[in-house]
Amino acid sequence: MEGSLAGFVRALRLAGVQASTSETIDAAHAMVLVGFDDRASLKACLGVVLAKSAEEKSVHDRIFDLYYSLPVPIDNEAQPEALTGERTGDPQIDALLDLTDGRKGRDALDAAIRQAATRVGVDEIRFSSQTTFFVRQILAELGIAPLEARLLGLLSETSVEAQSQAQVMGAARDLLQRQARALVEQRFELFGKPATENFMTEVAVRRPIGRMGPPDIERMKVAVARMAKRLSAKHSQRRRIRLQGQLDFRRTLRANAGHDGVPIKLSFKHKRRDKPRLVVVCDVSGSVAAHVRFLLLFLYALHGTVTDLRSFGFSHRLQDVAAPLETLPFDDAMALILREVGGGATDYGQAWVDLRNRHWDCIDRRTTVLVLGDGRSNQTNPRLDIFAELTERAKRVVWLCNEPPVRWGSGDSCMLQYRPLCTHVTHCASASDLERAIDEALQAYA
Amino acid sequence: MTHATHPPGLASIEAITTALASVGYISTRQISTALYLAHHLRKPVLIEGPAGVGKTDLAVSVAKALGFALLRLQCYEGLDDSKALYEWKYGKQLLYTQILKEKIGHLVDKADSLQSAFGKLAGFQDLFFSRDFLEPRPLLQAMEQPGGSVLLIDEVDKSEESFEALLLEVLADYQVTIPEIGTIRAQVPPLVVLTSNNTRELGDALKRRCLHLHIGFPGAELERQVLRARVPDIAELLLGQLVSFVQSLRDENIRKPPSIAESVDWARTLLLLHAPMLDESLVRDTLNVLLKRESDIQEMQGRLAALTQSALEQSVGAD
Repeated sequence: MEGSLAGFVRALRLAGVQASTSETIDAAHAMVLVGFDDRASLKACLGVVLAKSAEEKSVHDRIFDLYYSLPVPIDNEAQPEALTGERTGDPQIDALLDLTDGRKGRDALDAAIRQAATRVGVDEIRFSSQTTFFVRQILAELGIAPLEARLLGLLSETSVEAQSQAQVMGAARDLLQRQARALVEQRFELFGKPATENFMTEVAVRRPIGRMGPPDIERMKVAVARMAKRLSAKHSQRRRIRLQGQLDFRRTLRANAGHDGVPIKLSFKHKRRDKPRLVVVCDVSGSVAAHVRFLLLFLYALHGTVTDLRSFGFSHRLQDVAAPLETLPFDDAMALILREVGGGATDYGQAWVDLRNRHWDCIDRRTTVLVLGDGRSNQTNPRLDIFAELTERAKRVVWLCNEPPVRWGSGDSCMLQYRPLCTHVTHCASASDLERAIDEALQAYA
Repeated sequence: MTHATHPPGLASIEAITTALASVGYISTRQISTALYLAHHLRKPVLIEGPAGVGKTDLAVSVAKALGFALLRLQCYEGLDDSKALYEWKYGKQLLYTQILKEKIGHLVDKADSLQSAFGKLAGFQDLFFSRDFLEPRPLLQAMEQPGGSVLLIDEVDKSEESFEALLLEVLADYQVTIPEIGTIRAQVPPLVVLTSNNTRELGDALKRRCLHLHIGFPGAELERQVLRARVPDIAELLLGQLVSFVQSLRDENIRKPPSIAESVDWARTLLLLHAPMLDESLVRDTLNVLLKRESDIQEMQGRLAALTQSALEQSVGAD
């Protein structure tokens, strides 16, 4: 039982659930309390002890169903006909034939394969190409060699008796192989695939966004959600320093009026720290098409975690895109934004005009404005005057440009004109760059 | 891990479900399992979920079902140990020193040296730091309940991290140390329920020490049961329509989907209006009971007819 729980926790960790050792010990206690009779209760019990957020719960439920289930459902149709009565006389072959005997149920067979799998260390599987290797290992561990040798011998004989015996033995071998393969595939799903996925995600985070393929974007969803969570955990805390600094006389007097003015409780003045307020202006036009998906993905994740966030998208006209990002699933939100906002020729000047005319009140001296875009404005007036006004008004203006600095100022790029006005301009090529940039932006509030 | 006696309501997972049902709280297997483990493993339960799904109500119902005292600590920014644990009654101490001034003077008068005066005073020192001058706050009160208690620490995400650290200490051993008096240990460990609306991420240390229960929006069948328990007078026909309307409303593109508390309010509203069944104008007039954001109400105006129609059809199909 300890082994099964340890394996389950390992599978959970690989899938991204942070289950600690102390929680595993709690889970063991809980399992003893609840017992194994009722599967639903056991599942609820482990979920309560091991998974500590809504997302972790759904991961837990999926892994539980995968881990605590037979590799393939019992299929009576596919059962080989049992060798009735007669046996080959070789104890090793007979033992295997007994296992595959359909009339005796699957329990013994499953147990035997499981034990053999544990002995050959099938949980260490990493790649799907190892499946065949592990299947062979399990069969060898079960002692299939004499059966196969006998089968080979029987196949070269021509008598009817030998033929029928060969058929039975062949079917038994097939069944063993199928079961072993199903088990190995299940273990790969539990242990191999998540490990590989985690590694690929690590790689994808550092890959330039422009060079991402569709599978990378799927991985980025996971990675970006993780990043956003990390950022919010780091920056949502507000620490107040107390019992330090200048005495607040008014407050102290008021608090101690009931004690005849004897200062029993002291109050101190403390500086209030602003909560992070972000306004994100994101270019969603054709010139940054390769990046749009990703930038929006990041905005989407931030919306789930940063409380005071306004986001605007523009190509030609600027629009508030907070509502779809907050309420719709990501793919729908993106389709909607691209349909409503994207598609025009980029005009940064017009975007600043729209921002000033319609949303100027959301920018004040506590706001950090993040601009995500390439600064290519199609030869239109970049409206540096309004942008300068914006930088005056906001606490900080940080420009995250997806083009490398050597290309700033080439062609219709206005980056060099915008750069002196911004608090900070940085080249932002990969997901980890973006995380660092936003981390810095939020750091200004610490 | 075994206590001398378990209340009958906590003997098994099914017993908890039954006990909760008797006070009108419809429990799920997750909820009952969490409470069962919380009692038997002596661990606090942390409940998360959207507002209005019955997180606080669960603690209240458990206390009612088991006949335990309910101690409630509402968290807010700036909550500290003097509001959560205990406080000395400064005013009373001050008053008593004033009153006893002469007595003390009298006492000290007779002493011939400073040393002996001090010795005399030292004998009375603990007078002002005794139980008589101690004001127990919810955490300490919960430890002192002889017959067991439910300690509800509500909206723990509203408090600061320093308070979480305080909770860790109290919840680990169910004891409170008061330097002047000593350690007060709970005779019967309270059943601790923490709730959070997830306005900030709670510390890992606290999460690790708690059992975690997530209550989401209920499914149609569960919602029907809850409404039947909470609004017993409602007709089955209206109930069916109401539930399928609310269920489909939650799938719409709105910022604050209605939770079970809003469904109950709506059911009561419809009952008060003597509505026999849903129709579009009725829904339009009472929509502000379900949706609490102006933008959501605006968003849904155009979709009301279709939603009402499908709710009517669905409830017919369900019968």
